[in-house]
Amino acid sequence: MSTEVWDIGAVPAAWTRRHLLDLESLSAEELNIILDTATQFKEATAGCTQKLPILTGRTVANLFFENSTRTRTSFALSARRLGADTIDFAASTSSLSKGETFIDTAKNIEAMGIDAVVVRHRTPGTAQLLAQNLDVSVINAGDGPHEHPTQGLLDILTIRQRLGRIAGLTVALVGDISHSRTARSNIWGLQKLGAHVILCGPSTLVSKRWEEFGVEVVYDLDKILHRCDVLNLLRIQFERQSTRPFPGIREYALLYAMTRERLERAKDNILILAPGPINRGVEVTADVADGSHSAILDQVTNGLAVRMAVLWLTLGAQGELTAQG
Amino acid sequence: MASSSSLLIEGGRVIDPSQGIDRITNVLIENGRVAAFDAMATGDVRTVDAQGKIVAPGLIDMHVHLREPGREEDETILTGASAAIAGGFTSIACIPNTEPPIDTQATVEFIQHLASRADQCNVYVVACVSKNREGKELAEIGQLVQAGAVAFSDDGAPVYDAELMRRALEYCQMFDKPILNHAEVRELTQGGVMHEGLVSMVLGLPGMPASAEDVMTARDIALADATGGRVHMMHVSTSGSIDLIRRAKGRGVRVTTEVCPHHFTLSDECLRSFDSNFKMSPPLRGQSHVEACIAGLVDGTIDVICTDHAPHAREKKMRELDQAPFGIVGLETALGLVVTQLIEPGHLDWPQAIAKMTINPARILGIPKGTLAIGADADITIIDPNVAWTVDPAKSRSKSTNTPFGGWKLRGRADTVIVGGRIKYQADGADQPSRQPVRAR
Repeated sequence: MSTEVWDIGAVPAAWTRRHLLDLESLSAEELNIILDTATQFKEATAGCTQKLPILTGRTVANLFFENSTRTRTSFALSARRLGADTIDFAASTSSLSKGETFIDTAKNIEAMGIDAVVVRHRTPGTAQLLAQNLDVSVINAGDGPHEHPTQGLLDILTIRQRLGRIAGLTVALVGDISHSRTARSNIWGLQKLGAHVILCGPSTLVSKRWEEFGVEVVYDLDKILHRCDVLNLLRIQFERQSTRPFPGIREYALLYAMTRERLERAKDNILILAPGPINRGVEVTADVADGSHSAILDQVTNGLAVRMAVLWLTLGAQGELTAQG
Repeated sequence: MASSSSLLIEGGRVIDPSQGIDRITNVLIENGRVAAFDAMATGDVRTVDAQGKIVAPGLIDMHVHLREPGREEDETILTGASAAIAGGFTSIACIPNTEPPIDTQATVEFIQHLASRADQCNVYVVACVSKNREGKELAEIGQLVQAGAVAFSDDGAPVYDAELMRRALEYCQMFDKPILNHAEVRELTQGGVMHEGLVSMVLGLPGMPASAEDVMTARDIALADATGGRVHMMHVSTSGSIDLIRRAKGRGVRVTTEVCPHHFTLSDECLRSFDSNFKMSPPLRGQSHVEACIAGLVDGTIDVICTDHAPHAREKKMRELDQAPFGIVGLETALGLVVTQLIEPGHLDWPQAIAKMTINPARILGIPKGTLAIGADADITIIDPNVAWTVDPAKSRSKSTNTPFGGWKLRGRADTVIVGGRIKYQADGADQPSRQPVRAR
């Protein structure tokens, strides 16, 4: 292969960030740069199946302080598709019991000579804490219920590919909003790109106060089905809940599960997303999850594309690297 | 350092709310006591020039965590008392959530002994309400009073059992001691790291709702009302609890309260930085609560300004937000924040602010301090009301530097601090450098 094949241009001048910590602070222009770059990478790699070695010689460390299979694999594969080396650091929070702080752990990894850290942690703000304390790029792969920016981006990219646009669409996020980092990243990203966002779920998990940000909050899924272009079915995060926010799974499924019957009352071309891993029969029934409206597997591929784009942009592989928090 | 003899403080604006004094005059100190006003310098008396400065009764901080015994990596009695002096405080009351907790005569006397050896400010001891702070059995309150305890609190933890709280309020009446309670319904704050509101919702951080404070404040007021006991609500932070206290005072319930500088200065917006120096309990609240704290100070609902000085070693605060402990240091920034946030904007005048840091806490604790009455101990804080300074945590005398105010530009600080007639601190360093604290053991 000649280098021309890999000539994908420089990092756009409007992109100046070394870190990707959240979508709340990104502009619409920055969001579009990531989405456009991801689209370009997806095409250049035959749907993320081939290599595009533009980060050769770089090392990306995966620091996962919380269990994850999909996101971690996706980041590792994205880095390797771009020719970077990856190291995996699977730390349980038990390192704290050895008296080492989270920042100490990260600084140790940094001292081994890496270029970027992908961090997942159960506590909001940890990615930002690392960005303040390390000299390398920090990419947030999920900080507690705060944000999961690459998940938000891959959801948005999937919508854009399937429906051709974001502006003017009505997108409902269904389920456990309060414990969902995916919800927060989707809310900010979708709003900045001009979508109308509806939050739908039990009132103990969906605060009316989100309306202060221009989001619509509805508790009855059946009342919004007819006007939604996209449903993003969030997983109930049983592991983050100290108290039971609703009486039981059966009642939840009755009120919020996306079933064939509900699908029949939705728009003809409704798109069903789920950030996964899904609880089949709770958020969505199997026939809907595997049906033609579902884009669940597209999301997985787009996850690779988005993460390649984010790694390349933040590392400034072919552009000027400008420091910015 | 001159141990006693005479000292004349010349030309300062003397503000003593306990006597309604606010005028420019001289104060003569003899044998460690306030001897006279309007005195003139005689031949051999040492003088302190206080022109352009405020001469106040020594400031009192009734809510300080000294950490010793048990957590000397955070603070010791020596370093804490030394920080107090530098902050303008001549008397502090230390809170009993030490390890072991202050629930025996021996521990009270241990603290008094170390405080005396430290020889900085006066240290009063608040002892536990319940044995081992477990909230089950009353501590030996009578014996603790005999040892010198001035008030009772299980702070850090609320007195949870309402029956125990009721009994403590009844029992303390015969000693005329207040119960200081930390109001927090734990079922509502479990796992929380910040105020529950719009900001916690956006950040995905578990919240501590204002109602958790309000509910227990209402309970304690009801119990004080029913028993006739004295309850003092610690570090009040919500508009709801301030309003409850305001109304209770209006109908004669024996309830008093205090507020910390961070609660009338900062809001939960600060948590957007995810900096653990903004994590305290009660948490920084929304702006309407901050305004309620100021309104409570202005109308007198809030009697006292205290620090809730809560030192934590750096490595503890460097953890993730949910792992980092609650609390910030406050002794060395409190006065500057009072001047900058309350006096300069015109919320309080000087006599009002000084009352909340002198005679009001003295009355609640029942200690003979906070006054420049003739014959009183000569504990005096001379305040430079105009000096502008920048908070530098590296220069802190406290052993810990967990302050959110590093780099803040403040106005007003202690210029000269006198305890029992002896100059213990001078801002220009003219006091003898026995100031550099060394470990007492």
